[in-house]
Amino acid sequence: MNINMTLIGQTIAFAIFVWFCIKYVWPPISQALHERQKKIADGLDAASRASRDLELAQERAEQTLRESKEQASEILEQAHKRSTQMVEEAREQARSEGERLVASARAEIDQEVNRVKDELRAQVATLALIGAERVLESSIDEKAHREMLDKLAAEL
Amino acid sequence: MAADNEISAIYYIQHHLQNLTFGKHPDNGWSWASNSTEATEMGFWAIHVDTMGWSIAMGALFIWVFRKAGRMATTGVPGGLQNAAEMVIEFIENLTRSTFHGKNSHIAPLALTLFMWILLMNSLKLIPVDYLPEMFGRLGVEYMKIVPTTDVNATLGMAFGVFCLIIYYSIKVKGAGGFAKELSLTPFNHWLLIPFNLVLEVVGLIVKPISLGLRLFGNMFAGEVIFILIALLPFWAIWLLDVPWAIFHILVVSLQAFIFTTLSIVYLSAAHEHH
Repeated sequence: MNINMTLIGQTIAFAIFVWFCIKYVWPPISQALHERQKKIADGLDAASRASRDLELAQERAEQTLRESKEQASEILEQAHKRSTQMVEEAREQARSEGERLVASARAEIDQEVNRVKDELRAQVATLALIGAERVLESSIDEKAHREMLDKLAAEL
Repeated sequence: MAADNEISAIYYIQHHLQNLTFGKHPDNGWSWASNSTEATEMGFWAIHVDTMGWSIAMGALFIWVFRKAGRMATTGVPGGLQNAAEMVIEFIENLTRSTFHGKNSHIAPLALTLFMWILLMNSLKLIPVDYLPEMFGRLGVEYMKIVPTTDVNATLGMAFGVFCLIIYYSIKVKGAGGFAKELSLTPFNHWLLIPFNLVLEVVGLIVKPISLGLRLFGNMFAGEVIFILIALLPFWAIWLLDVPWAIFHILVVSLQAFIFTTLSIVYLSAAHEHH
């Protein structure tokens, strides 16, 4: 166990290694380490922020969905109402149209009946006259009886 | 026969505990020491070439690996090497943050160097005791003690480096006057007790590096001796003791590196504190 110059040599080597480590070894690794730590911290931060954003967006989406559903049901209800109204109107119109048609048909029939009556009346007079002529076998003064027969026909 | 065995065992142990020494011998001048007596006779003007070589190699290995990791360092997903380097660096950073209370960005790299360097040097001990000395013996190198931390010069050398830093930072932070005041007026703040305080504080100051160096040296040296003794057993018995001891030494190796580093930080932290 001799104490000798090795002691000094070792001290010098120690000094050189420490200096080298301080100067060239420590900074890059330490820097990379801390930068990565910062990066990871930032990343985690961003992730938590993003998840918060996502929550918010989900909430908003849900709300929008709810609103649109409400709107849709409202629109549907309105359409329903409108359609029943339209059906009602159409039914009303059809009924009045039908009534109108019926009335006009009836009027036409009445008119026709009157016309036929008139015709019949005229023919009846002639027929009665001919019949009477046959029954009597005598000549009836057409002129003399004509007036009476017309009166008769008018009474029909 | 028994005496022969004993002599060869003693020779084996001494051989394993002898450093490769180059120095100024009083008779031979600058030369390689061919035995332990010559090495002792060289006195202070000698250098343990194996200690220096292996310690510098380990230091260079540390610097090279971590420099490589630093060069490739990305802030993205790290690779295996970077991961390992960052793990160590984070460990040292936390250690420094919890033990060092001053503001000095140089302490953490210093601690990293100490920790990794000592760890690597200690780890050399896990190489079986005969491998490298035998290999170098074949190459014509007589002595080869590969674990630098089993050489008291190496551990005290590092401790001396830490001691210099303690003095430097004490003076830098407190000023020369402040440092002198701290040495002379604590723990008893009275002018009559200045000499007493001075003795107490100076001894306390000097004990720091010595205990630091000797603790590491003692642990490593004792472990090495046990490894050598185990290697003297019959070959079939070696593994029985060697394996548990080596496994235990994985703990000791890292623990001693950790203790040296932590105590250095504590001492330097104390040097940064005002009283």
